[in-house]
Amino acid sequence: MKKTLLLLTLCLWPLSASAQSPEEKGLAIAVEADRRDAGFKDNLADMVMILKNKHGEESTRLLRVAILEVNGDGDKSLSVFDEPRDVNGTALLSFSHKSGTDDQWLYLPALKRVKRIASADKSGAFMGSEFAYEDISSQEVEKYTYKYLRDEIHDGHNSFVIERYPVDKYSGYKRQVVWIDKAEYRTLKIDYYDRKDSLLKTFTARGYREYLSSHWRPAEMMMVNHQTGKSTLLKWSNYRFRTGLKETDFTQESLKRAQ
Amino acid sequence: MKSHLFLLLRVAALSLSWAPAAQGQGELSGQAAVEWRIFPRQAQSPEQQRSYLSVAVQPEYRYKWENGKQSFTFAPFARLDQHDSERTHFDIRELTWLKAGEGWELRLGIRKVFWGVTESQHLVDIINQSDLVENLDGEDKLGQPMVNLALIRRWGTLDLFVLPGFRERKFPGHKGRLRTALPMDNNQAVYESRRGRGHMDWAARWSRTFGEWDVGLSHFYGTSREPRLLPDVGGKALIPHYDLIHQTGLDAQWTKGKWLWKLEAIRRFGQGASFTAVTGGFEYTLSNFGGSRADVGLIAEYLYDQRGNKATTPFQDDFMAGMRLALNDAQSSEALFGVIVDRRTGASFLNLEASRRLGSRWKFSLESRGFAGARQSDPLFGLRRDSYLQLEIAVYF
Repeated sequence: MKKTLLLLTLCLWPLSASAQSPEEKGLAIAVEADRRDAGFKDNLADMVMILKNKHGEESTRLLRVAILEVNGDGDKSLSVFDEPRDVNGTALLSFSHKSGTDDQWLYLPALKRVKRIASADKSGAFMGSEFAYEDISSQEVEKYTYKYLRDEIHDGHNSFVIERYPVDKYSGYKRQVVWIDKAEYRTLKIDYYDRKDSLLKTFTARGYREYLSSHWRPAEMMMVNHQTGKSTLLKWSNYRFRTGLKETDFTQESLKRAQ
Repeated sequence: MKSHLFLLLRVAALSLSWAPAAQGQGELSGQAAVEWRIFPRQAQSPEQQRSYLSVAVQPEYRYKWENGKQSFTFAPFARLDQHDSERTHFDIRELTWLKAGEGWELRLGIRKVFWGVTESQHLVDIINQSDLVENLDGEDKLGQPMVNLALIRRWGTLDLFVLPGFRERKFPGHKGRLRTALPMDNNQAVYESRRGRGHMDWAARWSRTFGEWDVGLSHFYGTSREPRLLPDVGGKALIPHYDLIHQTGLDAQWTKGKWLWKLEAIRRFGQGASFTAVTGGFEYTLSNFGGSRADVGLIAEYLYDQRGNKATTPFQDDFMAGMRLALNDAQSSEALFGVIVDRRTGASFLNLEASRRLGSRWKFSLESRGFAGARQSDPLFGLRRDSYLQLEIAVYF
């Protein structure tokens, strides 16, 4: 009994606020958020991406996204564009890694060409949107260092507010402030600060739903660029989990037939 | 409201493609375009014009079933040119049945395959015949009949090809621009193979990713896609000679940080003395250039052909410098500028390609190619008056 208690204390130790530095507590929150979403195996979803400029003019993209959970490394993903029609069939294969740069291949259907692209450029805009490649790629714990800031009620949710610092020198950000709700460890909001430490963008997620009784996914993600007045809204639908996708569904060959 | 309904319907339709159910899903897509080519300089022959209008259409029908593990694709292509009867042409770009299994994929039918990594030219790419009436850059291809089995394993991907039915290279007609000084006579085409166009070609390519390296090794045996052009007895026309060749190719890319280092090399046997040709260089990308969201890519390559002056290509000892600009805006505005300069003669080939989306279904493209300083022995000499500007507007569906 005593042993069990000891074990229990050890397990819970990273979550107890006392005797923890803000760095340790920030990391513990990120680790717990990662642990809670582990085990989804694979995930399919459809995405509508709505780009809006400061005059309110909109343009729309349609994508299909497939994600494979990889044990011991970052996730693999395959995104296929259906609209606009001139990029119909353009597809991006991405292997994210816990450390170092991700691997990315782009398929250009008109040329039937698969191109390995320089993914070090993670601060680049993803298909003209306000989301940078690094914002949409798999969020691995190891990609940041952390610091717990405070507790706060955000949008009715009792939340942790933590700060995280990208490890990668090619990141476009100096720091990010992240709001994570205490009940389910869902990311509710992120403030992105550019390399000059001025507020660049704010991300907010809405309409979270629980899948397979442990995996929370939002229906909407909004990214507002404070410096340009532009915004991008991602509307997610048709989430499916554990569909039986395999490594062979995430190859350069599968990229060519994703259309 | 209507657009929202349309969106919803599309999302619903698209979601079927990943659905586990056995039902299939068909989709029609494609494009139609009007193109205007303007040649500022008068041609060598009075038959040739200075302005060419043409229209092209390429629909594509795809039917997928078994969760996308099987599909059928049909993509015909047609162009109608105002003056050049050879540029008015029809081709089946794709007519393929695909079956994807565990660790293998089988493709049967007509299609296009691309190999390679470099930007200035595509040495290793050999499966398809170039559709040279479409464009000089050789990136438009004629559909090639094939049986293609891909084995996707731990040790890499092995692609095996059997290629029945040779496609002759298409050249502009006598009323067209961008042609050789002597007109081409495809009817007198000479084949080394006794079976002519019926020779069964084969090819294999192994490719693998090793961390930052992507490597491909290939071999092709069959009728050369590139002919030797020899004048006929009367010296009135050029006749394409298609040799039987063996060609071994290597393509490699090292993706390091913001650098892409690229290499393509071939060794060809059977077209005169065997020879080596190499293209290599780099592309360096700067994201968020000058505080904007634009990407700027700087490209430099060296092009070598061991045959020197006897090469069938103008690029035997040439440098290429280029710049790629992607604005990353909602209209996907982008431009690519490049120049290839002969190291000895200074003869140069200039290239500009730019495009911008208009609304959600239209795209405007501009293309310009220029030829300068070619000597009489240079294959580019025949094109010295053919610098052009091309405007195209295309609708996608």
